[in-house]
Amino acid sequence: MTHPYLSLENVGMDFTVAGRTFHAVTDVNLGIDRGQFVSIIGHSGCGKSTLLNIVAGLTRCTTGGVILDGQEVNSPGPDRAVVFQNHSLLPWLTAYQNVRLAVDKVFGASKSASERHDWTLHNLRLVHMDHAVDKRPDELSGGMKQRVGIARALSMEPKVLLMDEPFGALDALTRAHLQDTVMEIQARLNSTVIMITHDVDEAVLLSDRIVMMTNGPSATIGEVLTVDLPRPRRRLDLSDDARYVGYRASVLRFLYERHAKPEAA
Amino acid sequence: MSTISENSAVGRVQGGGGLSALAATLHTTLDRARSKLFDLLPLIVALVTLLGIWELACRGAGSSLPPPSRVVSETWELIINPFFDNGGVDKGLFWHLAASLERVAIGFTLSAITGIALGVLIGQSSLAYRGLDPIFQVLRTVPPLAWLPISLAAFRQADPSAIFVIFITSIWPIILNTAVGVRQIPQDYRNVARVLRLSPLEFFFRIMLPSSVPFIFTGLKIGIGLSWLAIVAAEMLIGGVGIGFFIWDAWNSSLMSEIILALVYVGLVGFILDRVITVIGNRVAGRKVG
Repeated sequence: MTHPYLSLENVGMDFTVAGRTFHAVTDVNLGIDRGQFVSIIGHSGCGKSTLLNIVAGLTRCTTGGVILDGQEVNSPGPDRAVVFQNHSLLPWLTAYQNVRLAVDKVFGASKSASERHDWTLHNLRLVHMDHAVDKRPDELSGGMKQRVGIARALSMEPKVLLMDEPFGALDALTRAHLQDTVMEIQARLNSTVIMITHDVDEAVLLSDRIVMMTNGPSATIGEVLTVDLPRPRRRLDLSDDARYVGYRASVLRFLYERHAKPEAA
Repeated sequence: MSTISENSAVGRVQGGGGLSALAATLHTTLDRARSKLFDLLPLIVALVTLLGIWELACRGAGSSLPPPSRVVSETWELIINPFFDNGGVDKGLFWHLAASLERVAIGFTLSAITGIALGVLIGQSSLAYRGLDPIFQVLRTVPPLAWLPISLAAFRQADPSAIFVIFITSIWPIILNTAVGVRQIPQDYRNVARVLRLSPLEFFFRIMLPSSVPFIFTGLKIGIGLSWLAIVAAEMLIGGVGIGFFIWDAWNSSLMSEIILALVYVGLVGFILDRVITVIGNRVAGRKVG
């Protein structure tokens, strides 16, 4: 029997507030193979980010566990690099220095200084940011900051790349550019990716599988949709592709028919 | 005049490019000087007006304070000769200021180091915060000179006592601002540090210090201001060489002009100290501290 590369087993998360226990997430079971791109979609408050933080090790789950490449996850580490929603670049460092900090930390022992320099630039080139290596975050646009954030995460050569609504704060055009960049990089590096999103088109366009979460409390996986579209995918070709439209419709039906957010206006 | 016309003739023959570039440079330099002058104009007007009012108000024979013209004429020896040293406390103003600055430098350095360390402690540990913050909040309201008798009793010497007063006066804003700076480090930065597995020492130097530098320097700025306030007052009481004692000595000899001159120097030095901390802060942070 082969185990998946990354597996979440009976993951649950309880919070105790003022003596009352609240089940945020219960019984999440999910296996992800190497090189797979998985999106987690659901209404806000469904525990998507909690789940991602558990895989990252930033939050400890109260029940169950996460196993990555045969090892249990119980603390954060660079093998599970995170692209944070609001980029989280250090504002006193340039784009280069932000990436270099990660490179120095992960490869300080195994690569020479000039190799680390080249590796830093290589990753900035991957996200098309080699023209702005010496800019500080406040001199960069939102999309550019997110690109540097992705470069920083990629530079750690993570076993799995975790993205927490990476394009949520960007305008539609910038978002499309970044989605293309991420697809291009994923095709090139064959990275294993988990991405949190609330954007149906983004999920269908980027993912091999879409994990749809039910609403909290006690949120869990409602359905997993396999997106069987050939790669490379191009948004223009797909927009009137029957299968794409079908996948999109089934995610929409899940979110707005079967699991519509009760209090949503 | 003849050289200019000669030059322009040559310029015309050679195409005139070099000369017009020179003229343009000259023009921008002049422009810059003019705008600088324009920036300073309100200050100059205000200064002249204030000095004029002062001169008019104190010119009468029965005036208890000297007008600015008499201040300058009576202290001219001190102004042009700040470096004389006749032994004892009979020294030029430079030496008095230097002695005061030395005390401030020692006391303030000690309070900056201790203050930042304590600030990091109560910023990082909520236990330490709950234990120490109330104490700091009470102690920081104690006026500087109220500490002097205690420190004289403890140290039994003038100099260490004055330095202790500087230390205890300037440490509170440094502690409290550093603590605020540490507590406001965004959770995102902490998460980045955790994902990168930064060691506590790396976290301190790579994340905590740079992130709280603007706050720390706000504390240092308030602290250096308070130090300078405190040293002048403390020196009036402890005596010896120092600008505070110089003022007290001048008062005992009824030399009003010397007091006024010393006040001007005290104000200017305080202003410079404040600017120095701001400039260092901007350098260290690589951005505006405010």
